Amino acid sequence: MTNVTVKVGLASCGVAAGAMEVYEVLRHYQQSGAAIDLQQTACIGMCFEEPIVELSGGTLGTLSLGKVEPERIADWVEDYRRGELPQANIILAEKQEATRNSLLDGQTRIVLRNCGVIDPKSIAAYEAAGGYIALQKALSMKPEDIVEEVKSSGLRGRGGAGFSTGLKWSFAARAKGPKKYVVCNADEGDPGAFMDRSTLEGDPHNVIEGMIIGAYAMGADEGYIYCRAEYPMAIAHLKIAIEAAKAKGYLGKHIMGTDFNFELHIKEGAGAFVCGEETALMQSIEGKRGMPTIRPPFPAESGLWGCPTNINNVETWANITWIITNGADEFRKIGTDKSPGTKVFALAGKIAGSGLIEVPMGIPLKDIIYKVGGGMKTEKPFKAVQMGGPSGGCIPASLLDTIVDYDSINATGAIMGSGGMVVMDEGTCMVDVARFFLNFTQNESCGKCTFCRIGTRRMLEILTRITEGKGEMEDITRLEELATNIIKGSLCGLGQTAPNPVLTTLRYFRDEYLAHIQDKRCPAGVCTSLLRFEVIEDKCIGCTACARKCPVACISGSVKQVHKIDQEKCIRCGACFSACKFNAIRKG
Amino acid sequence: MEQDFSQLDAILGMYRGKPGILIPLMQEAQNLLGYLSKDAMRYIAQKMNIPAADIYGVATFYSMFKLKPQGKHIVRICKGTACHVSDADGIKEALVEAMQLEKGEDTTKDMNFTLMEVACLGCCSLAPVIMIDDTTYGKLTPEAIPGILERYAFVEEQ
Repeated sequence: MTNVTVKVGLASCGVAAGAMEVYEVLRHYQQSGAAIDLQQTACIGMCFEEPIVELSGGTLGTLSLGKVEPERIADWVEDYRRGELPQANIILAEKQEATRNSLLDGQTRIVLRNCGVIDPKSIAAYEAAGGYIALQKALSMKPEDIVEEVKSSGLRGRGGAGFSTGLKWSFAARAKGPKKYVVCNADEGDPGAFMDRSTLEGDPHNVIEGMIIGAYAMGADEGYIYCRAEYPMAIAHLKIAIEAAKAKGYLGKHIMGTDFNFELHIKEGAGAFVCGEETALMQSIEGKRGMPTIRPPFPAESGLWGCPTNINNVETWANITWIITNGADEFRKIGTDKSPGTKVFALAGKIAGSGLIEVPMGIPLKDIIYKVGGGMKTEKPFKAVQMGGPSGGCIPASLLDTIVDYDSINATGAIMGSGGMVVMDEGTCMVDVARFFLNFTQNESCGKCTFCRIGTRRMLEILTRITEGKGEMEDITRLEELATNIIKGSLCGLGQTAPNPVLTTLRYFRDEYLAHIQDKRCPAGVCTSLLRFEVIEDKCIGCTACARKCPVACISGSVKQVHKIDQEKCIRCGACFSACKFNAIRKG
Repeated sequence: MEQDFSQLDAILGMYRGKPGILIPLMQEAQNLLGYLSKDAMRYIAQKMNIPAADIYGVATFYSMFKLKPQGKHIVRICKGTACHVSDADGIKEALVEAMQLEKGEDTTKDMNFTLMEVACLGCCSLAPVIMIDDTTYGKLTPEAIPGILERYAFVEEQ
């Protein structure tokens, strides 16, 4: 039997799906004498198939198994070693047809090139994959040439706003000061986004190397990675990586034998969404309440402790090594003219292939959803895709031809954002979604600006009463008026974008608002106060299943007779709807 | 001040005189004490020569800081977008019921669990998700909740 390599994906998604048990089984299997090389890796992106195990080194070529059961994995590895195809869920295969082979075809991996491939806890694995070569090259360049290279690559900030990274670097590089800082914004707070978590868990060195190069280019000697405390594994992997980089002389004094010194710290966030805003983030690093400050002065002139500071998001930093190694011209060959490169998206919601993808800019949304994402999860049709989290908006089916670049997405009223993409089907109520986001922003508003603090609360109250069937037609005008004023009257991005979910749903799904207000009906059947359960007389066979389940005993009718729901007594819990095996209960 | 907070002195000594230390210092103090009482915050203020109002300001700004005693296990329910559209509300109801929490309460009477909502745990493809201490549980149904909580009760009995 050949000695095969067995890799287990142990990122947060994998562990939550049971990958640790699979790993333990394989460890015992190895200890019992099986000659396998057992390795750990992070997230390959197909979170919906977790736990995932990759087998390689056998005659069958590389195979990835999905939804692996701990009870059977040892047998499957045994089969593979004998050269027999395991009777498992084969999702990716080098030499065979596999169910998910095509999902990777539409992707171009720059940021995620090592994620799910190497062991993120091993600096040797990163070096073997070409790591720290970009740093070596950068240190032989003049700092201003690096800034120029990043500028001509056309890389735009991946945190959401899309400002030119090279230009931002040139401001900080030009700023005078004995002390400068670089900061990595890993405070990924958007609900529905997990790109940065997966990148840091899967390839922490790539982000660190990008920061070292940036620090050298801008003349900084100290840096911070500000990471959410909700991401314990990302923090653990970063700590291991920083220690290893120090030991190898990539961090610390006289980096790689030069006069360049750079020290890197991790700061754990303490749970405040607004700290993703750069001025608030700096306040938080300084140990204060994370409240945004007025710009100018911009961080490039006066940032952390008054020193020039450059802040980029995880994904932006993660592009740097590739650009330095391969050059700006190569980078420009990917993506569109105004938005070169790739974008990482976290696909979630009612999509079959939820997980992490990296696609070239310029790809139409429909290709992301139907090709790379594998289409809808259930038979319910597509309704909208939410992009940009609480700052973004909902894009309807009619606009699915929109291509992914900063300017085209902005034109829809949504924003590119950091890359969260939540797919919604006909079972999702758009008014409820708008209410959900407003609930989030009004909770997370730091309270500094009146319009943001009180305005978002008023919007939430209006949306709540619409979902409860107590809305009136004037409410729509009130929402629009409040939205305009909040956008104008807020200092930072949180307030300026908070009304976007309401504005886009009003623009594309106004009929749903009208159904809630005028007909007192929730077309998606989500808003409980507006729900009505009725027995469809033709379909009811009188099995009494619903009546037995009803917690308030409001369903009458004896065996083999059509049942009836007393609407006065009904608490709209939906127990009858789930109990009926004959689809004889209408919900709506 | 009646309570003795001298166990904090080692932590305070480590941070004294360094910039930007307030948040990590308070995190460590909370890890040691379980929560930050007003007396604890006053003690830190006095020893570190930081206005007590600044410390209270930080403690009330960030959701991580707790001003009340917490349960032994922290149960975080994800209220992110993907979880929201996958019935996170149903999971929350099941948690509240299994923990027998009264309205407005977040900690069980036996101090075994504290329930809190978080914006997003970043495991959207496994929605709906909860996290108990550092362990994430995904693809949940309301029916699965009592069984999961039981594992934590069982460990305690041993």
